Amino acid sequence: MNIEDKVIEIITREQHLEPGLVKPDSTFAELGIDSLDGVNILFALEQEFKIDIPDSIAQNMRSVGQVSDALTRVIEGKDVSDLVAMAKGNGSGSGS
Amino acid sequence: MRRVAITGIGVFASPGRDAETFFCTLLSARSAIRRIQHWDPSTLSVQIAAEVPDYTPTDYFPAKRLDLLDRFTQFGLLAAREALKSSGLEVSEEERERFGVVMGTGMGGAETFDRNFYNLYAKNETRLHPFTIPKVMHNAVTSQICMEFGAQGPALAICTACSSAGHAIGEAFHSIKYDMADIMLAGGSDAPITYSMLRSWESVRVLATGNGDASHACRPFSADREGMVLGEGAAVLVLEEWERARKRGAKIYAELAGYGLSSDACHITQPSVTGPARAIRMALAEAGANPEDVGYINAHGTGTRLNDAVETQVVKEVFKDHARRLAMSSTKSMHGHVMGATGAVELAATVMAVDRGMIPPTANYTRPDPECDLDCVPNEAREQPVKVAISNSFAFGGLNAVLLVRRFG
Repeated sequence: MNIEDKVIEIITREQHLEPGLVKPDSTFAELGIDSLDGVNILFALEQEFKIDIPDSIAQNMRSVGQVSDALTRVIEGKDVSDLVAMAKGNGSGSGS
Repeated sequence: MRRVAITGIGVFASPGRDAETFFCTLLSARSAIRRIQHWDPSTLSVQIAAEVPDYTPTDYFPAKRLDLLDRFTQFGLLAAREALKSSGLEVSEEERERFGVVMGTGMGGAETFDRNFYNLYAKNETRLHPFTIPKVMHNAVTSQICMEFGAQGPALAICTACSSAGHAIGEAFHSIKYDMADIMLAGGSDAPITYSMLRSWESVRVLATGNGDASHACRPFSADREGMVLGEGAAVLVLEEWERARKRGAKIYAELAGYGLSSDACHITQPSVTGPARAIRMALAEAGANPEDVGYINAHGTGTRLNDAVETQVVKEVFKDHARRLAMSSTKSMHGHVMGATGAVELAATVMAVDRGMIPPTANYTRPDPECDLDCVPNEAREQPVKVAISNSFAFGGLNAVLLVRRFG
């Protein structure tokens, strides 16, 4: 199973969604994933892949594709500075 | 002055998952205390509690919703659902800002905390689940009830140990009386039957072990009483501005007419006589009631050596000769000490007693203690009209709450 399939499986499980509903190009907004759901999904991904996803990247994840891409790069130890820069320009969080 | 009617009751606790079953169990003097079932207590010296038996959360909540609900919040929501349903209330869009919630809890999300601490300290995990905070926070139950029913008015979470629900209902009562709201859901919920809670209470040396006979473990006011028993559950009452309730022809279970509160300011665990006495007098004064009007007291009655003797002194101090004529039972003998929910569970019993003219007994009573020589309605429910009743809650920390209800009609 590749990373994208695993991401879809985890999002489906954590959101208690029907299998097949989550597609590679689904956005969090389409799937009804709010900021709290988002941190829950990240937690599940971190547990699954035994990695740390930096906050700076985590804040910028808005779609299944973005999650899979970032995750792949974190796992493969690639440069994520462009994602960090993008997140800095965004600057949203989940509130208090 | 605005008056407050009690127009709905919801109970989700060990003697019953609805108010009717709960009250019938109390009237039959059956204790819900038993060996702990939902985890293995065999390493503890105290292995008993008043659990909600065979509780399966997915029977009541969809999986996605449950992810965010600790056991104590689940109980609170279930009691709130029944309370609102029993009231027959329909809260319109315009009324939502005058519709609020106040819930008491002693321990908050104890089960979530326990599980997380186990993962953190025993399994050496370095990450905790991101829902930990929204589940454990003591206001989670208030907020979840507000969200489910669209209550946008005054909302609070009260945390005064064993008086939490008493204070919660009292504060909700005042928010209607002083014109900040028209409808309030008020009560308490707690789910403190966890390994670490049992261990913590065990070391205070106030828990009864039951010596192999769980259902008779809690014996308030008996000479051979040996302590309290932890319970879990929730109760919620619908409080409604009197004229509003009258106009819609609502069933009024009783009038909530008085609330007294005080602090002992003397000891973190030992109760005083003067602090609780002041709270009772304050409740009587607010209701404009005389001590002689009170026919029934639902006692704090934990079943510890000290509490029951001191509470007896308190009642004698306030009620003088009338203390010997009133009935004072402890229903904790059956539903256990429901911690931050106990004041609501007991007020529910008190209100139903006033409404039906049936006083629930103190179960498991064996023999008199000269230090507890008032009429504790031993072992058998009593059919007796009650005009005015009070419910006492005296917490660790010396914070006292007393609620007074008056029969309607």
